[in-house]
Amino acid sequence: MQHHAGGTGRPAFVLLEDGAWFAGRLVGRGAPGFGEVVFTTNLTGYQETFTDPSYLGQIVVMTAPMIGNYGITLTDDESARPQVSGVVVRELARHYSNWQGKRSLADWLAAAGVPIVTEVDTRRLTRHIRDRGAMRGVIAEGSEPTDALRAQLLASPSMEGLDLASRATTRVAYTQGEGPLVVAFDYGLKRNIVRMLERTGFRVEVVPAETTAEQVLERHPAGVFLSNGPGDPGAVDYAQRTIRTLAETGLPIFGICLGHQLLGLAFGGSTTKMSYGHRGGNHPVQDLATGRVLITTQNHGFAVVGGPDGVSGAPDLEVTHLNLNDGTVEGLRHRYLPVFAVQYHPEAAPGPHDAYPHFAQFLAAVRTRLGENAATS
Amino acid sequence: MPKRTDISSILIIGSGPIIIGQGAEFDYSGTQAVRALKEEGYRVILVNSNPATIMTDPELADRTYIEPVTPEWVAKVIERERPDALLPTMGGQTALNVAMALVRDGTLEMYGVELIGANERAIRIAEDRAEFAQAMDRIGLATPAGSVVGSIEAGLAAVERTGYPSILRPSYTLGGTGGGIAYNREEFEALLKHGLDLSPVHSVLVERSIIGWKEFELEVMRDSADNVVIVCSIENVDPMGVHTGDSITVAPAMTLTDREYQKMRDASIRIIREVGVAAGGCNIQFAVDPATGEQLVIEMNPRVSRSSALASKATGFPIARIGAKVAVGYTLAELPNDITRTTPASFEPVLDYVVVKIPRFAFEKFPTAEPFLTTQMKSVGEAMAIGRTFKEALQKGFRGLEAGRAGWVIGAGPIDDRLSDVDRATLLSAIRRPTPERLFQIKRALIAGVSVDDLHDASRIDPWFLHQLAELVAMEDEWIAFRYGEDAAADRAMLLRFKRAGFSDWQLGDLKQLDEAHIRAGRHRLGLRPVYKTVDTCAGEFPSSTPYLYSCWDEENEAAPDGRPTVIILGSGPNRIGQGVEFDYCCVRATLAFRELGYRTVMVNSNPETVSTDFDISDVLYFEPLTLEHVLEIVHVEQPIGVVVQLGGQTPLGLAKALAAAGVPIMGTSPDSIDIAEDRRQFEALVRKLGIRQPANGTADTVAGALEAAERIGYPVLVRPSYVLGGRAMRIVYDAEELRGFFDEAARVAPGHPVLIDSFLEDAFEADVDAICDGENVVIGGVMQHIEDAGIHSGDSACVLPPYLITEAQVEQMREHTRAFAKALGVVGLINAQYAIKDGVVYCLEVNPRASRTIPFVSKTTGVPLAGLAAAVMVGKKLTELGLTDDPLQPYVAVKEAVFPFAKFPGVDTRLGPEMRSTGEVMGIADSFGMAFAKAQASADGALPLSGSVFVTVNDHDKPTVVPIARRFHELGFRILATSGTQRYLRARGIPAEPVLKVYEGRPNGIDLMVSGQVHLLVNTPLGKLTQRDDYAMRRAALQHGVPYTTTMSAAAAACDAIIALKSRRLEVCSLQEWHALAREAAKA
Repeated sequence: MQHHAGGTGRPAFVLLEDGAWFAGRLVGRGAPGFGEVVFTTNLTGYQETFTDPSYLGQIVVMTAPMIGNYGITLTDDESARPQVSGVVVRELARHYSNWQGKRSLADWLAAAGVPIVTEVDTRRLTRHIRDRGAMRGVIAEGSEPTDALRAQLLASPSMEGLDLASRATTRVAYTQGEGPLVVAFDYGLKRNIVRMLERTGFRVEVVPAETTAEQVLERHPAGVFLSNGPGDPGAVDYAQRTIRTLAETGLPIFGICLGHQLLGLAFGGSTTKMSYGHRGGNHPVQDLATGRVLITTQNHGFAVVGGPDGVSGAPDLEVTHLNLNDGTVEGLRHRYLPVFAVQYHPEAAPGPHDAYPHFAQFLAAVRTRLGENAATS
Repeated sequence: MPKRTDISSILIIGSGPIIIGQGAEFDYSGTQAVRALKEEGYRVILVNSNPATIMTDPELADRTYIEPVTPEWVAKVIERERPDALLPTMGGQTALNVAMALVRDGTLEMYGVELIGANERAIRIAEDRAEFAQAMDRIGLATPAGSVVGSIEAGLAAVERTGYPSILRPSYTLGGTGGGIAYNREEFEALLKHGLDLSPVHSVLVERSIIGWKEFELEVMRDSADNVVIVCSIENVDPMGVHTGDSITVAPAMTLTDREYQKMRDASIRIIREVGVAAGGCNIQFAVDPATGEQLVIEMNPRVSRSSALASKATGFPIARIGAKVAVGYTLAELPNDITRTTPASFEPVLDYVVVKIPRFAFEKFPTAEPFLTTQMKSVGEAMAIGRTFKEALQKGFRGLEAGRAGWVIGAGPIDDRLSDVDRATLLSAIRRPTPERLFQIKRALIAGVSVDDLHDASRIDPWFLHQLAELVAMEDEWIAFRYGEDAAADRAMLLRFKRAGFSDWQLGDLKQLDEAHIRAGRHRLGLRPVYKTVDTCAGEFPSSTPYLYSCWDEENEAAPDGRPTVIILGSGPNRIGQGVEFDYCCVRATLAFRELGYRTVMVNSNPETVSTDFDISDVLYFEPLTLEHVLEIVHVEQPIGVVVQLGGQTPLGLAKALAAAGVPIMGTSPDSIDIAEDRRQFEALVRKLGIRQPANGTADTVAGALEAAERIGYPVLVRPSYVLGGRAMRIVYDAEELRGFFDEAARVAPGHPVLIDSFLEDAFEADVDAICDGENVVIGGVMQHIEDAGIHSGDSACVLPPYLITEAQVEQMREHTRAFAKALGVVGLINAQYAIKDGVVYCLEVNPRASRTIPFVSKTTGVPLAGLAAAVMVGKKLTELGLTDDPLQPYVAVKEAVFPFAKFPGVDTRLGPEMRSTGEVMGIADSFGMAFAKAQASADGALPLSGSVFVTVNDHDKPTVVPIARRFHELGFRILATSGTQRYLRARGIPAEPVLKVYEGRPNGIDLMVSGQVHLLVNTPLGKLTQRDDYAMRRAALQHGVPYTTTMSAAAAACDAIIALKSRRLEVCSLQEWHALAREAAKA
């Protein structure tokens, strides 16, 4: 139980590129912070969210109004540090309470230089983004935006066409776990994916985003994993070629989120920037084969173009899952190769665990492949 | 999967009368279920004995049976209607228990009725403590160590292992009835015995105490395709040890990490699958060790519950409605989210606001009951509030409670917060043992400088909540120190910050000794008004087309009046004794009527249990406290043609004058007329002018004045405060000494108003008249004769429509008087008048130009929807236009009986009096008085015996009256037992009564006979001061051992009539629709 340093904070605001701005109070260090302003509807799991590399370069608006209640724990980082460019909340808790809480959210973000603006009408901001789309924004101190800041905002980079995977990825490869080897491409990999792969029974070698197909094959993996990550999948063109090459060797491949989009692109599909994306832990996704509904964690601003009948431009891909809210593509499978991917996050963290079985599905695919290889050799 | 076509008719069982632990929430869920299944084209048959509900309105189900919700009577309905399926999950524990009994006795099998929603196995596992623990064990989930015992010996052995304090939970009881916490062996034995007695299967779970652990609930839905969603998480501010119905609760959970929450979510999904709720909702409770995060499963309800009503209102996800749809085969993905209308129901709502629920208690009605909160529920209602933050919602919640607090504020004196003193030791010791006032005690402690750590040690309330409270206390200091009114910009910033923390104008004014109106005027000058945000299930992610709104002090306003003429209906706030579901019924009926007439309707209410706060009843719903400030701001936004105050009971009525003074148009009867009826002096003038007789009366502001008035009037006198509902602090006073003792209590209830003193008409008949007036014509809805004698509150008295012991001439006189009152008061809407008839003379007791508690009963009996018609006359329709010209007649008899919470309050006398103490009511309808009364008794859980022993013990005054009654019982074959005086008196008159010892005379005495099951009916009237304890013990024993009892001669006579009817006739059930057809025929003829 601690007081955070910031008190009630100084006047600040969130300015959007369309000129709308939202008043609040700045807590901690660091403004101004530029980034794409997106909202997430997760009720819990702010620590996981802020450390999720997929949020790299984004200012995250929490629609849940009370944030920071349970502090920051030692066990819930999804990467080494907060990845977000800024955080916007309705009310930042001044005191936290939880048996695992070790420090306050405000202190933790301040230490990482991430600005947090509180006391914002986050619902108004959310509705604004919902109606006009996610857009660039800035968190800055002051009672209202200046012209200079507006100009600075318009000059900041846009998410479209941005390869952030190469920024988010690991610089060096590392290995964890026991079992058949899976090479996991890190485009901004969440730690819980590695933990889940490990727990499923894989040895996981995490490699940088730009690792080539040859480098992967040299390691003789039993399967390949394509991670989540930030930015525009269209800009990660090097990965598309690598994925295609690896898939055609017959290796089982499993992709999540950005990995899913890259897979779609690799087989001829296209992606589109969604108006405001899907971010939260309550998205219903239907498994088209069984009709079952999974409540899923989502965090994406781009989507593979397609529908129940397939992915345009990628006749070899079959759509396996659809979002029940808006009909967007949520899961893909190659018709002939042991390759599948999902747009949502089966590793959760934060969010529901309904989609955990995809990891076992991947293990089954890997075992099948190992069995076939054993039989033929 | 689409809906099932192999079933076409479905029986829904309601929950019966409103009792503690089973309240209006089941009217809400039942109503939703009926509507949901009707719109799918099923033939819906409903059984519920509670006439005050919306669900029993004949327009709703295809066949509505107001019959006892007991296996015997429901079987009759099944026999007659032959439904294909039975949905048992909408009517609380009552419906589940009846359904299980019908499974066990083979009725369902015999008539080929399928249980849908939850099957027998699921209900059994969830309800049976031992089976549930085993089931949890199978899926690797922990429950508190404990064992189910069926005897005292086994219980003592069990507690050896689990230790003290020990939690006891009887199987198959609702609201934790009979449960409790024992701190030592003595308490344990007493509680265990009580619990075993109350459990219908004589088993009690003896559990390791996890008092002080954090408590959570999840609301879970599953469809037949095995899709599961969590609708809502709820965190209890009061940790384990206080029943969740008595806890202040918050949604969503505030202090769980995602990891902890997902663990709970995973467990919930495994539980609903293992228990096997095939298609429907359930509620699962968890305890979490605050030190280690260890999670235990406490219990699961395989049905819609109080919490699911709360969760529905908190999230906008209509659990009962969706539960009904999945029960007939739909999958969640096939059903739309009714709020967004663009997304499916297979999702989990997310909240961008905080919901706080605060229970409302009625300990003031039971002064001898212990006010401690335990695992047995004792609250009678609740208020829910929505805010953007916990602080805002909490403060709104305390206002919504309508307990005279402007927010989270301490009482005027320590006594108001149930404290004898305010020193640190007294405070901490009080806080250690939870009472309804605990949060006020904590506030006093914070003000006194007690640390959050110390408060956490004493209360075990999570420090997060305590810090929130401490921040509010700190803010108050800031406000007090602030130099308000010196700098507009500073005022504005300061006010906005405080409004955002939930402070009301009233509260801010009080803190600075300023008037509420002064703060409000200043705030308006600064342009500070609340905005309204939408409860949309999705935190703004998708557009929503349903205006379900709450106020807050953010920037964007989502309220969108559309220019259509708008009517605001003020609801009745949290349920309480004296103001319950019957007023919600009136508000809902009127709202629907306004809508039909083309008006845009706006409902304002704070009660999550009700139908009125369902988002599809009105065009717009404001979930707000019913205080002047909140209502005025809504009026400002909505600019209505008028506000309806006459339908929601005392709550809106109390606002009428202030609203009118603020220039708000009031619909129907003017506030001035309402005031004339309330104001003793004005009313007396009116009565005199109309030439109507009134009991001799007076008013007094002082004890001396009261004594003088009573002397003039003559004892006994009826003493009561002005402006109260439900007979609060109302008493019959027999002498000056008693008056001296009681005066202060009465005076304190309505400060600033005189105490009313009336001559008490002993042995008079009383009657209630409900009528409607359009300003010109009056139609009498019904004249109801009370069965209990004068002196018992009308809400507590059984009554019969039409009257059975009053002459036609007297009935006509009451009708005439009521017409005269309605016209003289210029009533536009409803009016209720109460009369007493003594020695052939009709006296007027009181007149209320507003909806009464009996409106739904009269409407259900006659088929005339009085509340809806009242709405029509309020917008200028004439009764003739509405086709209502003649007073309705009915060629049958309806009896209303009251239901009491005495079983929940050990130590409370069950003797009835002028202060209302019933929580609910039931109705019996039949072609004779005896049968209607018998049905009402069966519904009120006092099923009358057909044979056995009647134990008669009455005072001298009643001895002559009891003779014919005793004779009839004797002739019916009953053994007559009587205490010495009564026995000799009866013997002397030829009735072979057998003697029974009074308690002080030795043993075995009357109580022993009751305990050992040798008494089947107790006829008791108070014997006088000497034997008061005896009487009291006797009545408590009857209550505890389920012996039906009457405490008045008229009720005893009625019971006799009823037993004759039961013995001589076949039991028959008949739907309201059929009864009303009879009434229409009678009217034609």
